[in-house]
Amino acid sequence: MNRTLKTLLGTTVLAGLVIAGQAHAQERPLTVVSFGGAYGAAQKKHQVDPYAAETGKKVVMESYAGGVAEMTAQVQSGNIQWDVVDIESIDLERACAEGLLEVIPRDILLPGDDGTPAKEDFFPVTLENECGIGVMLWGNIFAYNNETVGNVKPTTLEDFFNVEKIPGKRALRKRPQVNMEWALLADGVAPEKVYDLLATPEGQARAFAKLDTIKDHVVWYDSWSQAPQLLNDGGAVMVQSANGRIYNAIADENRPFTIVWDNTLFDMDVWSILKGSPNKEQALEFIAFTTRTKPLVGFQDVAYGPARKSSQALVDPDVLPHLPSSHLDKGMKANNVFWADYGESLTEKFNEWLLK
Amino acid sequence: MHQNPGGLSAAEIHTERKEQQRRRRNSLLLVVPILLFLFFAFVAPISSMLHRSIYNPTLVELIPDTVNALSNWDRTGTPKPETLLTFSIELQQLAKKRESGRLASAVNRSYPGATSLINATARKLRNVDPNQLAQTGHLALLDTDPRWSETKLWQAIDRLGAKYRIDNYLTALDLERDAQGNIQKRQSSNIYIDLYSKTLSMSLIITLLCIALGYPVAYCLAHAPARVAGVLLVMVLLPFWTSFLVRTTAWIALLQTNGVINSLLQSVGIIDQPLELLYTSLATILAMTHILLPFMILPLYSVMKGIDPSHVKAALSLGSPPFSAFVRVYLPQTVPGLSAGSLLVFITAVGYYIIPALVGGTDGQMISNIIAYHMQQSNNWGLASALGSLLLAVIVILYWLYDRLVGASNLKLS
Repeated sequence: MNRTLKTLLGTTVLAGLVIAGQAHAQERPLTVVSFGGAYGAAQKKHQVDPYAAETGKKVVMESYAGGVAEMTAQVQSGNIQWDVVDIESIDLERACAEGLLEVIPRDILLPGDDGTPAKEDFFPVTLENECGIGVMLWGNIFAYNNETVGNVKPTTLEDFFNVEKIPGKRALRKRPQVNMEWALLADGVAPEKVYDLLATPEGQARAFAKLDTIKDHVVWYDSWSQAPQLLNDGGAVMVQSANGRIYNAIADENRPFTIVWDNTLFDMDVWSILKGSPNKEQALEFIAFTTRTKPLVGFQDVAYGPARKSSQALVDPDVLPHLPSSHLDKGMKANNVFWADYGESLTEKFNEWLLK
Repeated sequence: MHQNPGGLSAAEIHTERKEQQRRRRNSLLLVVPILLFLFFAFVAPISSMLHRSIYNPTLVELIPDTVNALSNWDRTGTPKPETLLTFSIELQQLAKKRESGRLASAVNRSYPGATSLINATARKLRNVDPNQLAQTGHLALLDTDPRWSETKLWQAIDRLGAKYRIDNYLTALDLERDAQGNIQKRQSSNIYIDLYSKTLSMSLIITLLCIALGYPVAYCLAHAPARVAGVLLVMVLLPFWTSFLVRTTAWIALLQTNGVINSLLQSVGIIDQPLELLYTSLATILAMTHILLPFMILPLYSVMKGIDPSHVKAALSLGSPPFSAFVRVYLPQTVPGLSAGSLLVFITAVGYYIIPALVGGTDGQMISNIIAYHMQQSNNWGLASALGSLLLAVIVILYWLYDRLVGASNLKLS
């Protein structure tokens, strides 16, 4: 009895020590975190795999759903599991200011394949934030299903908000971002005034009033992957989506969808490095490698615009018209500083408005 | 409890004592794992949650001198120039450490717009020479942005300086403090009370549905011949063992606009426009009832198995009508299983958030979805903890009520 007990306890303690020791002793391979789906597949094929093949170093790729909570938890507890993270610029502003990310020196960036120095080769907006290196531009667009939308096809954002002209369900992502801007734009507010107006209670009320006009005709979804699905199964005749998801459904799955670029809100993804990453040197090497001209061209698989001019020049001419960069004149850039300020309070108001 | 050790020598008593101690120690060793598990899985996380909901050390950690200086401020006008200078020096130090964002997001919760204000000011101050900053004094701060002279902003900073605050609980109850610090109904938005009541009412509906569906099934299981009962039990358990994501996805396929149910109804001609079934409270209630049903059936079944069938027969032979025999003889004996099942279903339903997130749309949202949102997206862990603690309190109160009405000793899980 006694001996059994002692053995049992001893083994338990020993096993615990071994496991704990292993966790510490093991050199963690470089961990790259991004959004899954077709987008992650494109990154793996054109950036991660070539890097691993060329350097012979192991890279682990993980998916997450965005947001800063996981990063906050890791940095606060000092238990850093991620090294390189693909962040939407809407979260980047905040993550950088809260000290969750390393500052990335600009001199690690390599010149373009045509010899242009990185500083001139990257589009200016992609290097604006010191904690990130922009990799691609994408657009918040709306798309319709040619077969279910009826005879009158929508061409403008006003049509999206006009339930008499285009009857049927619309699908929007369940968050205030983009929807509030669209409401004001559809209400006739000039693009350059949208964010100033949204910062005021009157502007917010006006946006909600506009959203009220379509509230009974909206299906709200949570994750990007639901948008093409809703459009496909008839859940909605028009959906808000990231342009790449719809492009994929059209190009790879032959779906009868059409993208409307009117009043697109452009956004950007960046590579960033989690603060205190034990693999910081390798992370910098990885970012330098994957932001060269060729790897960035890979984003054409999902119709996202590469961050370099030299990559843009190499994009397949057939894909070119589907890139956000070919439609810059039709929309505006999402304002991430605004959303860092008002994201939380507007989300609360938005949630309350939804439950009314 | 001192026993008289009649007729034993001192040495015998001593060895006997030692022996007893050794036994006690050994039995204690045997329960150490469960005690550790209880501590690490329940006690520690729940106390840390309760603590986090009232403990807000951010400002005291980041700008201690400013918080100190503000304690002598009378909360009108703009604080003294020295206070503003103290703040600029501390903000500059934060900017150099790149930690101004933590301060920014903390203040932003009481003063929307503070994030960009504080971060922009921090960027401007970062490269100013500290000596020069000391000379220009408070003007340096006021030059970066006129908002630094606003009373409201400083009142927010002052209020946030307190280490222990119940503000998260106020928010969770749709209350807030006005500029004088008095508690009032929240001006900007009121959602949490509604969500709590909605969560409880939906859980109640789900529990009642589970009783209505589960009671007859359990009765059949308990009273069917052994071979039939075995087959039926497998049919109950098989979905129970299927991943509940799979089951929820099946509901999506059934309920969506062109899904199985709508197509069927349209082809039969009952409806000509597809019904809106998915992304409603109805979808949440259906999917959750389906998933929680086994939790109702199993305890009921095990209790019904133990009921002596001769009781009901006796009642019938003594002239009782079947219905009253059931209500007065059979039903009371199933109460332990019924209450165990109801508690299991109700408490699980209150905490579910994946199913509402998948099929609930907007009106199928529950309080856990908001807690998850504050944990994962808005990073307001203090508020999430307060919402969670209130939810825990509601459950404990309901359990206490149940104990008063039914008696917890009546609970039977098997």
